[in-house]
Amino acid sequence: MTLNAFLFQILNGLSAASGLFLIAAGLSLIFGVTRIVNLAHGSLYMLGTYIAYTFATKIGGVTGFWGGIVATALIVGVIGALIEIVLLRRIYRAPELFQLLATFALVLVINDAALWLWGPADLLGPRAPGFRGAIEILGRRLPSYDLFLIVIGPLVLLALHLTLSRTRFGRLIRAATQDREMVGALGVNQAVLFTSVFALGAALAGLGGALQIAREPANLATDLIALGDAFVVVVVGGMGSIPGAYLAAVIIAEVKALCVGIGVVDFGFVTINFSKFTLVAEFLVMAIVLIARPYGLLGKAQGAVRSIAEPEEPIRPATPLLKALGAVVLVLLVCLPLLAQSTYFGSPYLLVLGIDVLIAIIFAASLHFIMGPGGMHSFGHAAYFGLGAYGAALLVKWLALPFGAALVAAPLLALAGALLFGWFAVRLSGVYLAMLTLAFAQIVWAAVFQWEGFTGGSNGVIGVWPPPPFDKSWVYFLLTLVLAVAAVLLLRRVLFAPFGYAMRAGRDSALRAEAIGIDVKRVHWLGFAIAGLICGVAGGLFAFAKGSISPETIHINRSIDGLVMVLLGGVQTLTGPIVGASVFAVLQDTVMRQTEYWRALMGAIILVLVLAFPQGIVGAFAALWRKAGGRT
Amino acid sequence: MSVLELRGLTKSFGGVHAVRDVSFEIGAGEFLAMIGPNGAGKSTCFNMINGQLAPDSGDILCDGKNIAGLAPRDIWRLGVGRTFQVAATFGSMTVIENVQTALISHARESYRLWRPAASRHRTRALELLRQVNMQDAADRPSRELAYGDVKRVELAIALANDPKLLLMDEPTAGMGASERHGLIELVKRLVVERGISVLFTEHSMDVVFAFADRIVVLARGRLIADGDAASIRDNVQVREVYFGTGKTFAGASA
Ligand SMILES: Nc1ncnc2c1ncn2[C@@H]1O[C@H](COP(=O)(O)OP(=O)(O)O)[C@@H](O)[C@H]1O
Ligand SMILES: [Mg+2]
Repeated sequence: MTLNAFLFQILNGLSAASGLFLIAAGLSLIFGVTRIVNLAHGSLYMLGTYIAYTFATKIGGVTGFWGGIVATALIVGVIGALIEIVLLRRIYRAPELFQLLATFALVLVINDAALWLWGPADLLGPRAPGFRGAIEILGRRLPSYDLFLIVIGPLVLLALHLTLSRTRFGRLIRAATQDREMVGALGVNQAVLFTSVFALGAALAGLGGALQIAREPANLATDLIALGDAFVVVVVGGMGSIPGAYLAAVIIAEVKALCVGIGVVDFGFVTINFSKFTLVAEFLVMAIVLIARPYGLLGKAQGAVRSIAEPEEPIRPATPLLKALGAVVLVLLVCLPLLAQSTYFGSPYLLVLGIDVLIAIIFAASLHFIMGPGGMHSFGHAAYFGLGAYGAALLVKWLALPFGAALVAAPLLALAGALLFGWFAVRLSGVYLAMLTLAFAQIVWAAVFQWEGFTGGSNGVIGVWPPPPFDKSWVYFLLTLVLAVAAVLLLRRVLFAPFGYAMRAGRDSALRAEAIGIDVKRVHWLGFAIAGLICGVAGGLFAFAKGSISPETIHINRSIDGLVMVLLGGVQTLTGPIVGASVFAVLQDTVMRQTEYWRALMGAIILVLVLAFPQGIVGAFAALWRKAGGRT
Repeated sequence: MSVLELRGLTKSFGGVHAVRDVSFEIGAGEFLAMIGPNGAGKSTCFNMINGQLAPDSGDILCDGKNIAGLAPRDIWRLGVGRTFQVAATFGSMTVIENVQTALISHARESYRLWRPAASRHRTRALELLRQVNMQDAADRPSRELAYGDVKRVELAIALANDPKLLLMDEPTAGMGASERHGLIELVKRLVVERGISVLFTEHSMDVVFAFADRIVVLARGRLIADGDAASIRDNVQVREVYFGTGKTFAGASA
């Protein structure tokens, strides 16, 4: 790359940085004051693109475009205020995990709302009036709108800085960010402060989205992409720090721009195409920063945000009633292949559904193992599922490994991944652990997605079928059943063994666990690894059950599905993940396939869960049972 | 013979000198009280001894070995146990499971994955609970306990590794007068029976003067006095530090 080309890429990076900063600043502001990690922030950004598109095309001209951008920011701000008043107010004191899930439910609902309002097609807006041309810089042509964007980022930074330092509102925001108790002590109406901060953050996201329509089409996938970008920037810059957000936005945008600029490099022994690293690059930056500076570049250590969860009951061995129930279910499951062949209500689909449910149970049980007893809320459990699935499929494809060997190797690969990622993840806790696990999962996803030659890229791997007799679905079903039962019993066994006690002790109070000789990080690391291993079994089974896999296997949606399964059943019970996974998998395979708007449905389920049933199905039943005078 | 010796222990937080050049010894089987006004640096001292904080400078000698800067779990393995100023147990466990977890860790069995923990060291755990009069609550969820009972369970947990030195930061905070005397009496009995050394902090001068074998006094991070009850009571500097805090030594019985 010549010096000029290099400098030009730097300019490109700066204009991208402004976009990143606008999305991230609002998220950071909201987190700083309300301590809520708003996963719907990308959705507000996406709404900004659609609303601005509507103004620019329906009204048109300078008013439609520039006036539309201002109007969009205001409208999205109002939407943000409504979200805060209707939903978030109810969950400020809920455990972090529930806040994350509630805002993710919003992501799903908003996405379907946009689908309903604007349809599935990409919508390209007009060029910006007044900035249609390009300017010659460094021997290349830079669109003048990009130059405008380069300027707008620092301008917004300056405006925010002045607001924060010179106004009463700003002083309140800073006070709330630094010391939450103080706000109450000042006698400020906290509700008004929170609503206005949320509105301001949302307006910034809307503005960021609106400014993009001159460059990129409005698209239904923008919400998660913008969210991912915003997160990385906020986490790298330090949650709650606005200058940190700008610094991080510049670093990440420049790293990406340089990856593109460098392009293909021939090192003699190996040729690397750096432009393929763009997706991985940002998550790599985030992982490195989280490991070296857990609170971000300019962030301060946050006082532990104590989640006020229902205190947990001691775990007890299964009662005779529960054991009998388990045995009955098991017998029914063993008979399922016969049932599937019966003439009346049987259908071969029953076995496919059965296999899906069993795989979901292994997945959810392994996630519950670290989430419940381990207290580690992984937002990237799909990584180990994906490692298992891709491990099995690629071993068959490239090394022609036999079925059995591939099934054994799959969990080992997941174990290796969990050992590597877990070592870093257990050094953090709460939201930061959630973000780092998410980052690792995204790295795996991006690697699989972009490493086309090896993984098949977005097409995935096809034709991974099991050999006879496992090609018959009833045989494969029974194999899955055996492995699922073994996995569930094994995890239970470990929880009742000393290791399970040590893991819970570390979760209940790391300080006290350390003071009685328990190496909490090491125990949690091993717990993380065990969960990864078992999750890999699910992944391997999944690959052979479907016969093909794609990067979707590792998508963030799968990680969230796992969280929903565990919460649906009840995170504080051992049977919870089994019930939750079963109900979820059946719902997904039946109801959700029927409607185009399954996301909104799913979002509604999550919201009901979080707001009305925080203890999950099994938890709710157990509470009813206790009330009725029974013993659990 | 001393169990533990502090030499020039120093720690500051930013500009705050929490602990400055503190030196003293804890003898074998000694029941040693550390007193001082709030913010004197007592908890900071405890945190350095048990490894939760690394001192800026100074040595902590345990059987002649310098343990300053070691991790809490390593110091625990050397026989130094502690209870915390804000008492709590492992809330998701029953009382006896709390003690069993400590016993399991002491036996280095925490990484065992197979045989259930419930059957491990149960007899020994019950015995420890009996010593603190909590055997009847063994199978209750520990988070349901009254605060005073939590303190007793913490004590049972702290005894699980047969410590030679027990650090107790304000063991009676939040207790009524009679409960307070009961707990300190219990600890004192254990000290005598088992030959453990105990370093404790306590705000009630009655209790301190009634039970402690020796007293060290901290003020603004410095050690200002070290001696028996009589010498501390007559110490001019100590009187100065406590003057106006509402605490008088007049009623304290030796
Ligand atoms: N983690 C910390 N960060 C900053 N200052 C601290 C910290 N811990 C204690 N201090 C300060 O050190 C001094 C001694 O505190 P502490 O040891 O808790 O006193 P005591 O237990 O005698 O009441 C106090 O001024 C306190 O504010
Ligand atoms: Mg203290």
